[in-house]
Amino acid sequence: MLSDSELKVRKIKDGTVIDHIPAGNALAVLKILNITGREGHTVSIVMNVSSKRLGLKDIVKIEGRELKPDEVNKIALIAPNATINIVRNYQVVEKKSVTLPSEIYDILSCPNPMCVTNANEPVTPRFYVDSESPLRLRCHYCGWFLEREDVLKQI
Amino acid sequence: MISIRDFSREELEYIFDVADEMESIYRSGTDVLRGKILASLFFEPSTRTRLSFETAMIKLGGGVVGFAEPDISSVKKGENLADTVRVVESYADVIVLRHPLEGAARLAAEYVNIPVINAGSGAEEHPTQALLDIYTIRRELGRVDSLNIGILGDLRYGRTVHSLCIGLTNYDVKLFLISPELLRLRREFLEEVKKKVEVVETDRLERVIDKLDVLYVTRIQKERFADLAEYEKVRGAYRVDLDILQRAKESLIVMHPLPRVEEIDPEVDYTPHARYFDQVRYGVLVRMSLLKLILSG
Repeated sequence: MLSDSELKVRKIKDGTVIDHIPAGNALAVLKILNITGREGHTVSIVMNVSSKRLGLKDIVKIEGRELKPDEVNKIALIAPNATINIVRNYQVVEKKSVTLPSEIYDILSCPNPMCVTNANEPVTPRFYVDSESPLRLRCHYCGWFLEREDVLKQI
Repeated sequence: MISIRDFSREELEYIFDVADEMESIYRSGTDVLRGKILASLFFEPSTRTRLSFETAMIKLGGGVVGFAEPDISSVKKGENLADTVRVVESYADVIVLRHPLEGAARLAAEYVNIPVINAGSGAEEHPTQALLDIYTIRRELGRVDSLNIGILGDLRYGRTVHSLCIGLTNYDVKLFLISPELLRLRREFLEEVKKKVEVVETDRLERVIDKLDVLYVTRIQKERFADLAEYEKVRGAYRVDLDILQRAKESLIVMHPLPRVEEIDPEVDYTPHARYFDQVRYGVLVRMSLLKLILSG
């Protein structure tokens, strides 16, 4: 029997299904993955469907693209319980949970206005993961803390 | 040398042992660093720290180049810090950097292959001040362990306070953090400190003065208060004078990173408690020690 969520969006032939995204965060997940829709892949988003584990959840399906663990792990910032299903010929061939990397590059900037990374310097902001739950990151340069709310504000 | 966190207790003690040896050289001078150049890059005005580093280098026989104005030509022309330090790397053997931005010294160190010493980075850190503060305690009281150390004033924006608190976590001390609510220690520092030493936070000096072995005083800056009436209310409560010191232990030492404005009554200078001018001399010894260890091993 098909579950509710599967009824809403059909199964994909090949690609990646990101499941167990906290409700309302599917678009933020796509933003972290830098998927804009202009890449040409068919992307389906299901938001606020019921889930045994989460109550409500979002699901993202990206057809024709298998996401690598390195690029997907960053979504643990906002979707720590997400599962990544790699689908080939309608079958799930790989199922993985996401693990937050110990360092975060590229996607966040430091909220400290006096941090050197916010000045005219050729430097990429870098953050260490101090704690996963509750989420807390520390700026490599100035030491400021970023929490879940600070991360969400930027995504 | 970017952060006080870079040092273990053993390393701190080693720097202090070498600083003890610098006492005689301080008077006579030496040429152990002849031919070495210290680049003193001060993007923010400073008197004590800059003169202290430059004195230390000259006493060891080395030379000093640099600037002491934020208005220097390359910055005016829009050059960034990463470029400035890469240029200076060709002139000098060590860079001493004071910069208004937090994390500036760490960034500079990533761009050059010569040592960078952080001489103050925004409100974040001032690690060599912490070294000389702890050295002062060791010299004046013979130990740092098992002391009750009070830190008074602007704990939120005071970079010397941040580095000192972290540095003291290498020792078995009890910290009394005394400040108005608004100027309490920044959370990231407080949590780190609390993991390692016992901390008491209070807004009243008179409640804890009799317990202290060391009272470290910092200035409360008027500009931190949105409401000047609020400032006027607290300023008297954080002033150290003969009255409050009557309740202190006889052996209490009073320290201050200077400049002092009105937070320590000048009358206190003539009591056996005052150590703030000794700190200045110890600062040169500690910086001599650091430069010697960095540049000649």
